[in-house]
Amino acid sequence: MTTMPPYASMLGLVRSGATFTMPFSSHLIGSPGRLHGGAVAGLMEIAANVLVRDAVDEPEAALKPVNVTVDYLREGTMEDTHAEAFIMRIGRRVANVRVEAWQGDRKRLIAAARLNLLIVRPTPAAELPG
Amino acid sequence: MNERLLDDTGRMQRFVDRFMSAVPHLQALGIGYVQSGSNWAELRMPYASQLVAYPETGVIASGAIFSLMDSAAGFSVFVTMGRFEPHATLDLRCDYLRPARPGEAVVGRAECYKMTKRVAFVRGIAHDGDPEHPIAHVAGTFMLTGAK
Repeated sequence: MTTMPPYASMLGLVRSGATFTMPFSSHLIGSPGRLHGGAVAGLMEIAANVLVRDAVDEPEAALKPVNVTVDYLREGTMEDTHAEAFIMRIGRRVANVRVEAWQGDRKRLIAAARLNLLIVRPTPAAELPG
Repeated sequence: MNERLLDDTGRMQRFVDRFMSAVPHLQALGIGYVQSGSNWAELRMPYASQLVAYPETGVIASGAIFSLMDSAAGFSVFVTMGRFEPHATLDLRCDYLRPARPGEAVVGRAECYKMTKRVAFVRGIAHDGDPEHPIAHVAGTFMLTGAK
């Protein structure tokens, strides 16, 4: 189980299994009555990072974000927001991840993201046996 | 267009103050206004321990940079229109070129390089002191939700 970083605490994130929740708080507001898109992006990035962290078998490996693309599908209202990440592929060097974010209704996504994360392992692949 | 809101300094300051005070999340991240032009805007996010993603190195979260750039991009749309027109981020992509240096403020500069009736196209960079060595590049689109 991976501990969450200070930025996740600042967003107020709570983990429950594969789902991360960002409880509504006024400091997440971007424009009147709406969540800031950056807060939703932060939630999705952290959900992806923690999922990959848990999936990498080497605890010494470091994760580095390469990029993230966020599609905003509906406005985020002043409610709790949830996110779940899915690993499309994980290799020795890169993890390709997609993330879904929703509020009341799991099927009504408010945002979707794709991320590529670099996996920097202490042991180069060439030195591995076999 | 001679009635543009942003044509004199006093109006610009009021515009900026209104923009900033309307965004609690900017205040939470410590994001402040730096400068802007006819189609670009620059915001600054001071280094803070609450932004950290990697406690062992002190490097801040990429998500905080994403928030800064989403805001700078949105601000560039405002100044390009010359008024507060409602708009919403349609999509935003951020390429993280390198980690931000611990302890340094991050500056986000975005420009609205094309505006149509309903869609604004933006691009920008984030840097921590030298714009020639960016931390991140962004590209995105905004829907002008006030358009009929």
